[in-house]
This record gives sequence, structure tokens and C-alpha cells, in this order.
Amino acid sequence: MNFSTLSELALLCQHKNLTIGELMLEEQSLESGRSKEMEFAKMADYYEVMKEAVQRGLTQNTTSPSGLTGLDAQRVGAYNASYESSLGGPAGDAMTYALAVSEVNASMGRIIATPTAGSCGIIPGVFISSQERFGWDDQKMVYGLFAAGAIGYVIANNSFVSGAEGGCQAEVGSAIGMAAGALTELRGGSPAQAIHAVGLALKNSLGLICDPVGGLVEIPCIVRNGFGAVTALAAADMAMAGVRSVIPSDEVIQVMLEVGSSMPEAHRETAGGGLAQTKTGREIMKNLRGE
Amino acid sequence: MRFKDVFSIIGPAMVGPSSSHTAGAARIGRAARQFMGCVPSKAEIIFYGSFAATYQGHGTDRAIVGGLLNYTTDDVRLPSSIAIAEEQGMDITFTQGTGLYPHPNTVRLRLTGEQAEQNVDLMGISIGGGNIEIVEINGFSMKLSAMYPSIIISHMDWLGVLASVTDVIRKCEVNIGHMSLDRKQRSGRALTVLELDGMVQQDLLLNLEALPAVTSVKVIDLNTTF
Repeated sequence: MNFSTLSELALLCQHKNLTIGELMLEEQSLESGRSKEMEFAKMADYYEVMKEAVQRGLTQNTTSPSGLTGLDAQRVGAYNASYESSLGGPAGDAMTYALAVSEVNASMGRIIATPTAGSCGIIPGVFISSQERFGWDDQKMVYGLFAAGAIGYVIANNSFVSGAEGGCQAEVGSAIGMAAGALTELRGGSPAQAIHAVGLALKNSLGLICDPVGGLVEIPCIVRNGFGAVTALAAADMAMAGVRSVIPSDEVIQVMLEVGSSMPEAHRETAGGGLAQTKTGREIMKNLRGE
Repeated sequence: MRFKDVFSIIGPAMVGPSSSHTAGAARIGRAARQFMGCVPSKAEIIFYGSFAATYQGHGTDRAIVGGLLNYTTDDVRLPSSIAIAEEQGMDITFTQGTGLYPHPNTVRLRLTGEQAEQNVDLMGISIGGGNIEIVEINGFSMKLSAMYPSIIISHMDWLGVLASVTDVIRKCEVNIGHMSLDRKQRSGRALTVLELDGMVQQDLLLNLEALPAVTSVKVIDLNTTF
């Protein structure tokens, strides 16, 4: 790839007069040696898997093998349909879809890791609810996924995207940043605005620990995907309105690295601390292990 | 750069819930299946570390067996793989391993085939994001990522064997990206692992098998969907 930071990415887009999504497709084709058409088609297939996951999560039984989670997306969807939700319609849909995909993941359904399985709900939640709302075509959405991928590529290579390395900020936080930047571009924002959205979003999840109850990708991962989708919408709105990330987004990524590196191991996916080691968390773990 | 392309960020397509405990486990099982070349009649699956602690909740058990049935990470049959394998007559046991292990997510697979020479004893680790390493096959150490088409050659540790192997590969115009050799003893049995930049063609395998010191040639290529 011809960029390694978000500022380089924005400059390159400006220089070539391309969107982030268009530029990333070009760069991907150069890296893999496969044609742009082939790489686009693969991403389009992934988008179909995301749509199927949303549908499945809204309509089928998503009770997880542990029995701890499932069907919350359907609860929230039903609530949104019959009451005036506090969040309001479109944000409620994004949250519902993100929960749906995360519950499909927890119940061993098919998803796309974005960037990981633990954070797989946020991008589909934001993308598919926005597509329905604004009537965008699939091609636009697939370019949006390339944009999200470009942002994630910078975060992953300058910091991390796994909870075991950098806590939940690295998984759910990264996914929110990716979704926020991509949505800003999809709404017509410039690459510079999209990158401000990434920084705004990442700042809001700095320090978030990875503390899955029983070590499973369920509690609190699923609800954090729901919250994450809503946060991504908020960050995109701020950036579209002209709010800037005064601390440049690349520097925020460095902070994520610093915070994640100093996070205790107990708070990095080991179930050795946080929610996993509460009284109830420990009881759940004992039951799971049949002790 | 640890992450090389857009699909290491958006992807893989997989059956949940965990890229390390489910997708990675399926890839280890599939690598073992490809090395063996057939469905095992008996599979002893021994989990260590975090795999041992959470394998049921993450479906690591079903993912491994799905891999043994040659399923890819996004195969929707993965959740029901154990029932399918048992219907096909596979005798499966899961146990928790003791002693030292190289990584928190480690599994050992002891697979039995129709004939004794098909038996495989393989250890794999799942290092995150669906990425894996095969660290041992039949007592030989290795570090096989299975990211690329790979050839595993059993041979005698004789003078010039490696030179003749690389010569065959050169003639087929394939580049070698990684290579390692481990031997049981001097002039004894050895195992060489090669990761290649191109697809493995049938004539390459036949030419390698024809070398005098070579006893078997196996291919692991997780990029294939068949």
C-alpha cells in the first residue's frame, strides 16, 4: 500500500482526486496482483454475507450455544416498531442490525470479521441501515467497505485490532472508527472529513477493556456492537457538520497503542478481570465449565 | 506491515463466534485433513490452554471436526459437523491435554486412517484473526502458516536431497517463500516444508515423488475451496 497513515491516505486521495474507497480498490489490486474487478467482486460477496446475517439475526433463533445470549435484536426491533424509541428510527435500526449480526456470530452463524468476529456487527449495522434509509445502491456500499478497510488497515498496522493485544478499544473501537469514516464518505464528506470522523470516534472508546464473561464473544461484546453502531452515526454527523478532531486522528491511533500496551493482561480477552471476574461473571464461568 | 491487504481487515468470511477459537480451529482441522488426504476413521482431539477452557462455548470442537471434513471457515455445516462426522463413522474424542504447550490456543490432532501409514499426529496453534501455525507433524517441528500453498516432503536426510527438491521447483518456475527442514537423526528420516508463491501443479508433485530419497509429498492449500 502506498500509505501508512490516515493523513497520507487523505493526501493521496486529494492528489489523485479519488475517494478513499476508490483509492483502496486501486491499492488492493496492486498489492494482490488480481484485477480490480475480481477484488470488487469478492468484497461484493462479503457485503451479501453481511446482509444475510442481518436478516438472519432479525428473523431466526439466535440463542447461543451457552444459552447466555440471543434474540435481543428482535426485542429491540419489536420495541422500536411499537414505541417511540428514545434514540429515534434510523439510529434504532443501526443498533438493531448491529445486535442482529453480533448475535448471529455468537450463535455460530456466518459473518464477516470486520475487523474481528467480536466486532462484526458495527459495520453491517451502519451500512445496511443507511443503505435502506438513503436508497444507495450496492456498488456504492462496496466502495464504502473498501473505505472502511483502508481506515482499518492504517489502525491495524499502527496500533492493533484484537482484544487480546489492545483491549476492546482495538476491536469495537476500531470498527466504530472504520464505520464512522466510511459513512462520512458515503454521505458525501471529503476524505479529510472522513478522517476527522475516525479520530472523533476513536477518542470515545479509548481505554475500553476486553473482559468477556466466560471468555465467550457474548457478554458484553454483543451490546457493545449495538452501542458502537450508534456512536459511528454520531461521529459521522459531527464530521459532516464540520467538527474536527483537534488531536489528529493518526495521533489518536498512537494513543490507542499506548493505552492498549499498558493495559493489564487481565483486561485483554483473558476473562481474568473486568465483567468476567464479577461475582456473577465468575458464577457463569463455573456453570459453563460444569464445575 | 503486519496486515497486508484490505481482506485481512474486512474478512475472513466465517462462521462465528471467534476468529481465533472458531475460524482458526477450522483451518487447523482442514490443514490436517489435507495432509492426511482422507477423512480419518478416528480422531483424538486434545485441547490445551484457552482452547481447553472454552472450546465448547466457542464451538472450537465443531470447527476442528468441520475442518477434518474439509469445510472452509464460512461453511454453514460447521455447527453440525460433529453429528455429520459421526454419521460417516468417525470416532471422535475430545480431551484436555497436560504438560507444556506452545501457545494459549493449542490443539493436538491424533488421526487414524484405514492404513497405518495414513496416521497423522499434528499440533496446531491459532494466533489470532483466523491465522494459524502448524508447529508439528508426526514428531517433526515446523512453522507452517498455511497462508500460501505448501508442500510437505517426507524424505531421507541424504546429501543433496534439498538441492534436487529445489531444482524440481525451479524448473516448474515457482518461487519458494519459506522453507524449513527437521530430521529425526543424521542420515535418518526428515521432513521439509516449503511455502510457495504459486499454485501447486500435478507435474510438480509427480517430479518430487520421483526423487529417490523422497517417501511422500503432501500438499496443504487452505486457499482452495474444494
